[in-house]
Amino acid sequence: MSDLRELYQEVILDHNKRPRNFRVIDPASHHAEGFNPLCGDRLTVFIDVADGVIRDLAFQGQGCAISTASASLMTEALKGRPVAEVEPLFAKFHDLVTTDGPTPPGLGKLGVLAGVREFPSRVKCATLAWHALKAALDHRSAPVATE
Amino acid sequence: MSAPIVTPVPAAAFDVEAVRAQFPVLAQQIRGKHLVYLDSGASAQKPEVVVQAVADCYRGYYSNIHRGVHALSERSTTAFERAREQVARFVNAPSPREIVFLRSTTEAINLVANSFLEPQLGPDDEILVTEMEHHSNIVPWQLVADRYGAKVVAAPVTDRGELDLDGLTRLISGRTKLVAVTHVSNVLGTINPIADIVRLAHAQGVPVLVDGAQGVPHLAVDVQALGCDFYAFSAHKVYGPSGVGALWARAELLAAMPPYQGGGGMIRRVSFSGTTFADPPERFEAGTPDVAGVIGFGAAVEWTRALGLDAIAAHEHELTQYAMARLADIPGLRLIGTAADKAGVVSFVMDGVHPHDIGTILDGEGVAVRVGHHCAQPLMERFAVPATARASFGVYNTSADVDALAAALDKVRHWFG
Repeated sequence: MSDLRELYQEVILDHNKRPRNFRVIDPASHHAEGFNPLCGDRLTVFIDVADGVIRDLAFQGQGCAISTASASLMTEALKGRPVAEVEPLFAKFHDLVTTDGPTPPGLGKLGVLAGVREFPSRVKCATLAWHALKAALDHRSAPVATE
Repeated sequence: MSAPIVTPVPAAAFDVEAVRAQFPVLAQQIRGKHLVYLDSGASAQKPEVVVQAVADCYRGYYSNIHRGVHALSERSTTAFERAREQVARFVNAPSPREIVFLRSTTEAINLVANSFLEPQLGPDDEILVTEMEHHSNIVPWQLVADRYGAKVVAAPVTDRGELDLDGLTRLISGRTKLVAVTHVSNVLGTINPIADIVRLAHAQGVPVLVDGAQGVPHLAVDVQALGCDFYAFSAHKVYGPSGVGALWARAELLAAMPPYQGGGGMIRRVSFSGTTFADPPERFEAGTPDVAGVIGFGAAVEWTRALGLDAIAAHEHELTQYAMARLADIPGLRLIGTAADKAGVVSFVMDGVHPHDIGTILDGEGVAVRVGHHCAQPLMERFAVPATARASFGVYNTSADVDALAAALDKVRHWFG
C-alpha cells in the first residue's frame, strides 16, 4: 500500500485534477503530439521559445493521472528556463523514474514522481510529455509514440 | 481404452472451490493481498491437468512428429493427433481433418485472409466486419484488401453494445466477399447471434468467419449448428497453453485453399522443378509445431468439456449479472456494454479517473484487471472513450472476487473523488 501512496501523492492527484498550463499556445514556436498506444494517452505540448529561452510552455490532451501530473509539473519546471536546460533535466528526471537510489538534486517538485520507479509499466506515462517536448524542440511533426 | 463418459453438470452442482483447487497459480498473494484474477479475457490460467499434460510430454515421450520411425516420434505423433480429435470434438467439427493447428486465433485469421480470401479479391470488393472486432479480426483483412483496392467495412453496434443486425444486413451486397464477426466481444461481452448472421450472409452467397477466441471459453460451441464456414480460436483463453490455436474450416474449403506458409511438413514432394503439397490440415501446418502445446490444448478442452460448458456458462452468467449490479451502484461508474445476451466480460469507465489509474490501484488490492483499448480501438471510438477497465471471468471466479473488485473500486473513488 505504501508503494501506491508513494505513487499517488497528493501533489500528483492535485495536478491531475487541476493541471497547470493546460491550454493551447497560439501561435507557438514549437509543438508536438505524444501518444502512448498502450493506454491511449494523447497530449500535445506547445512551446514558445525566444532568444533560447522558453517564454511559455503548455499542454493539452487526455491521459492518466501520472501522465497528466507529469506534464503539468514539467510545464511549471521549465517555463522561463533556457532551452539548453531541457536535455539535462530530462536525463535527471528519467533517472528519477527508472533507477533506485537517492533522488538526483535539482529536480525540485518533479521529485514527487519518484514513486513511478516501483511501477515499470507506468514509466511511459511519466515520460510522455517529456518525449513530446523533445520532439517539438526538434521540430518533428509526426506524433511521438512511447511504444 | 474407451473414451470417458462425460455428463453435463447442472449449474447448482458447480463446485467452484473444487475448480479453484486445480489452479495452483491462484493460491498466492499480490502486494500482501489474495490474488483476485479477473483477466481471463486476456488469458486464462491453467489447471494442473494441463500443466501436467505438457510436462508429461517433455518428461516422458517428447519428439518431433510425423518425422521419425522411432518409438518416441510415434508416441508424440499419436498424442498430437489425439489432440486434433479432442479439439474437433470440442467444437463438434464433423472431422478432425478440418482442424488446422496454428499459433493463435490471429494466425488462423491471417491464414484465411491469405489463402481463402486473397485469391478471389478484386478492386472494390468488401470484407464486412463489425465495430466490435478485435484488431486481429480487422488488420489481416486490411492488409490483403490494400493489395487489391478492396476495403473493410464495419457493421454498426448499438449503444447497448449489441450488433445492429439491420445495419449488417444493409451492408451485405454483391461486393461482399466475406463476413468476419466475433462470437463474443472481448470488450463488451456481447454474444453475437452467429446462426442468424450466417443465415443472412449465406442467403446472399457470402461465407462467414467467426472469431471464436472469446467464444470457446464461455459457450458450448457447435460449428455445425452455427453453420459458419470458418471458426478461429486459441488454446490460451480456454485454459490451454499460450502460443497454440486452431482453425476449423469446412473440408471442401480447406481442400481448395493454397498453402499459406511453405516449409517442412506441408509438402508431398519437393523438387526444383516444382513442389506438390500435402492435403489439409498438414498443408497449412508448415514447420515443427508446438507439439507439447497442442497436446496441452487437447487436455484443456477435454477438461473444459468434462466440467461442462453449460455449467460454466451458467456460473459465469451469474457472476456477470452480480458484477453488473454491484458496479452499477458505484457513483460515477458507467458500464460499457449492457447487451441482453452477454458472456463473462464487464467493461467500465469512471468519471474523473483514467482506466490506467484504476488498474494500478486495483493491482494494489491484489485485483488483476485489464485496462486500455483492448486491441479494439474502433470500438473505443464508437463509445467515445480512450480506454476502459475490464473485469473478465473464468471458471474459477467467485462472487467474493466481485466483492473484492467492488471494494477496490470504492478505494479508487475515495482517492480520486
